[in-house]
Amino acid sequence: MMDSTGIENQLQSWEYSEAPESTTVDIDQEHGLFIDGEFQAPSGGGSFWTINPSDEQQLSRIARADEDDVSRAVASSRAALKKWRKTRPSERAKYLYRIARRIQERARELAILETIDGGKPIKESRDIDIPLVAQHFFYHAGWCDKLRYVSGTREDPNPIGVCGQIIPWNFPLLMAAWKLAPALACGNTCVLKPAETTSLTALRLAEILQEVELPPGVVNIVTGDGTTGAALAEHGGVDKVAFTGSTEVGKRIAAACAGTKKRLTLELGGKSPNIIFADASIDQAVEGIIAGIYFNQGHVCCAGSRLFVEESILDEVVDRLEHRMQSLRVGDPLDKNTDVGAINSEMQLATINRYLNAAHTEGATMHSVNGSPLPDRGFWCSPCFFTDVHPSHTIAREEIFGPVLAIMSFRTPEEALVRANNTPYGLSAGVWTDKGSKIFEIASRLRAGVVWCNTYNKFDAASPFGGYKESGFGREGGRQGLRAYLSH
Amino acid sequence: MAQRLEITKTYKLYIGGKFPRTESGRSIPLHDAKDRVIAHVCNASRKDLRESVEAARSSTGWASMTAYNRGQVMYRLAEMLEGKSGEFQQSLQVISGLTAAQARRQVEESIDRLICFAGWTDKFAQVTGSHNPVAGPYYNFTVAEPTGVVAVICPDEPALLGMISLLAAPLCAGNTIVLVASETNPVPAVLLAEACATSDVPGGTINILTGRRSEVLEHIAEHREINAIGGAGLNSRQRKILQEGVAENLKRVHLVEETNPDFSDTDAWTCPWNIEQFTEMKTIWHPSST
Repeated sequence: MMDSTGIENQLQSWEYSEAPESTTVDIDQEHGLFIDGEFQAPSGGGSFWTINPSDEQQLSRIARADEDDVSRAVASSRAALKKWRKTRPSERAKYLYRIARRIQERARELAILETIDGGKPIKESRDIDIPLVAQHFFYHAGWCDKLRYVSGTREDPNPIGVCGQIIPWNFPLLMAAWKLAPALACGNTCVLKPAETTSLTALRLAEILQEVELPPGVVNIVTGDGTTGAALAEHGGVDKVAFTGSTEVGKRIAAACAGTKKRLTLELGGKSPNIIFADASIDQAVEGIIAGIYFNQGHVCCAGSRLFVEESILDEVVDRLEHRMQSLRVGDPLDKNTDVGAINSEMQLATINRYLNAAHTEGATMHSVNGSPLPDRGFWCSPCFFTDVHPSHTIAREEIFGPVLAIMSFRTPEEALVRANNTPYGLSAGVWTDKGSKIFEIASRLRAGVVWCNTYNKFDAASPFGGYKESGFGREGGRQGLRAYLSH
Repeated sequence: MAQRLEITKTYKLYIGGKFPRTESGRSIPLHDAKDRVIAHVCNASRKDLRESVEAARSSTGWASMTAYNRGQVMYRLAEMLEGKSGEFQQSLQVISGLTAAQARRQVEESIDRLICFAGWTDKFAQVTGSHNPVAGPYYNFTVAEPTGVVAVICPDEPALLGMISLLAAPLCAGNTIVLVASETNPVPAVLLAEACATSDVPGGTINILTGRRSEVLEHIAEHREINAIGGAGLNSRQRKILQEGVAENLKRVHLVEETNPDFSDTDAWTCPWNIEQFTEMKTIWHPSST
């Protein structure tokens, strides 16, 4: 029998074998715009490459929609609205059920495509993103013929009309589902604008919409960069704008919608606090902290990027995090063992690096993975955390959108609350303690739209998601999320 | 009895439970329906606004009360208004030019509306919130919380019912209020202040500014400690000023766009969705296991 040291030595010498996802996915060399139920060339003929961020290989040329294309898409959605809003709700539901089913049937392909185009680990796209996408369509399909119970109205409430929906690159298909499913369930038609670096899964969804024979124009998809998004948000034919992305862009959209009758919901940035009390289950908390910040390379608007640790357990928590972080595997996103994939784009990597430099300059102490070297090609950032962080440090105040955690300590629950709430953001928060009464007190005083207690980064179609303060307004998911797509 | 409003003073502001004059020293004349000057009101400045917001922000009593208790206090406030109904009625006749019957009806509707919302305090959260059946071993629920400090911009008319309708919803949710009174007839707002001061409404819960609305709109939009704005009776230019101003801080804006909204539409004005606008939905997750 081997003693425990022997086992530990042996475990450390074992190497993981690579376990790459073996299924291949065909990707067309070019992708057009999805307008009126068909893929069309952009009127200006513009296009751009989408690349695999893990090896910088060019994957496909994506059409860039200009103002004319956006106008065509909006006109198409406007034309489709008349019939779609009058489609019997139980029939509308069937389209959404069909979409959900096809997503489940093509789940492997979508997961792989998501990972190739965006850089996230296959185990996340396979086990989290795509199942949630299907759930979102299933959940909302069931709402179609029950809308009068959303607000307890005597008759079915009306849709708002044509929705311009602009989504980010961190959860490309999931964000498309969050936008499209409730909008369609309520009888709206949509023009969706995927993020520039991650158009492929939205365009694959367009194929699914064709397969399920969704009437042309009910969903139009215009690919492009920020100018395409701006053209959509500013278009006079759009009745509602829904945006998920940075607070900076969200504010520009809010300004553009000022003085118009457009309805607006915004799902913006965050700098979410994760508070761990000395009476927490430390093992559980450490796993939650890791999941809270390193999930999806930290490209998560609700990432728990500010960790507040009760002073008496600070050293212990830092030690355990340091140890746990070493076992994170960074690398090929298509490898099923990979925990942390590629940074989504060169631009985002540069942003993260700017914050890392600021942290060094301002005097914080870095703790990082000292394991295997990062690949030569592609965009990579080792997971890391910082101690000796002051509340005034840039990394303690600004959203980084990367695998970077700022750790601070506190002495009293009151102090933790004040510091946790001391941010213009209010998207989410975490609290870790085994004491029930403390959980409810802290959870009710945290100014955030989602509070995870003894867990973190959990999502569900039935669970409303959205922020307080500068993290935006409106909710997505659940009964509350439908209200943003119904006129009162 | 001759209709005559005994007014010899300059009406003051109501900030943090006290009645200060405007720090700017400015006042504007108040006219009756026949355009005769009958009194003066303070013309609140940007600094008065800031002080009101500070009072509303630092007043913690209202939000931390139980919902049941807030309902009791709002009911008490309605009782106080009932006691002042003669004064309210007279102000509506003399300044707004209503007939005695019209004025009486508006006072009655206003008090009834406040009582309706007194009843909503411990009920709306049950209507707007939910338990969410998530697909996993988690207990998950959504509750409404007050948005924070709400600026209420009152329409000129109906001076009393418009004000109470706009005020009651955010107030009952536990928000604290900075209220900008009707410009043409601020007397009902001043009477409300007197009722607040002599009831159990904690100081700073409701702060009342009178004067030129156009002077403070921009500052209301920009002030980062105001979390939401509710209002009616604004023209499209004024609405745009607010919407453009809040784009920088993303406070919530809920403006009634109709020029003459029907405040007598009880169903529309007393539904809980008016309250929901001034709340934030918080969703709480907890694992469920042994």
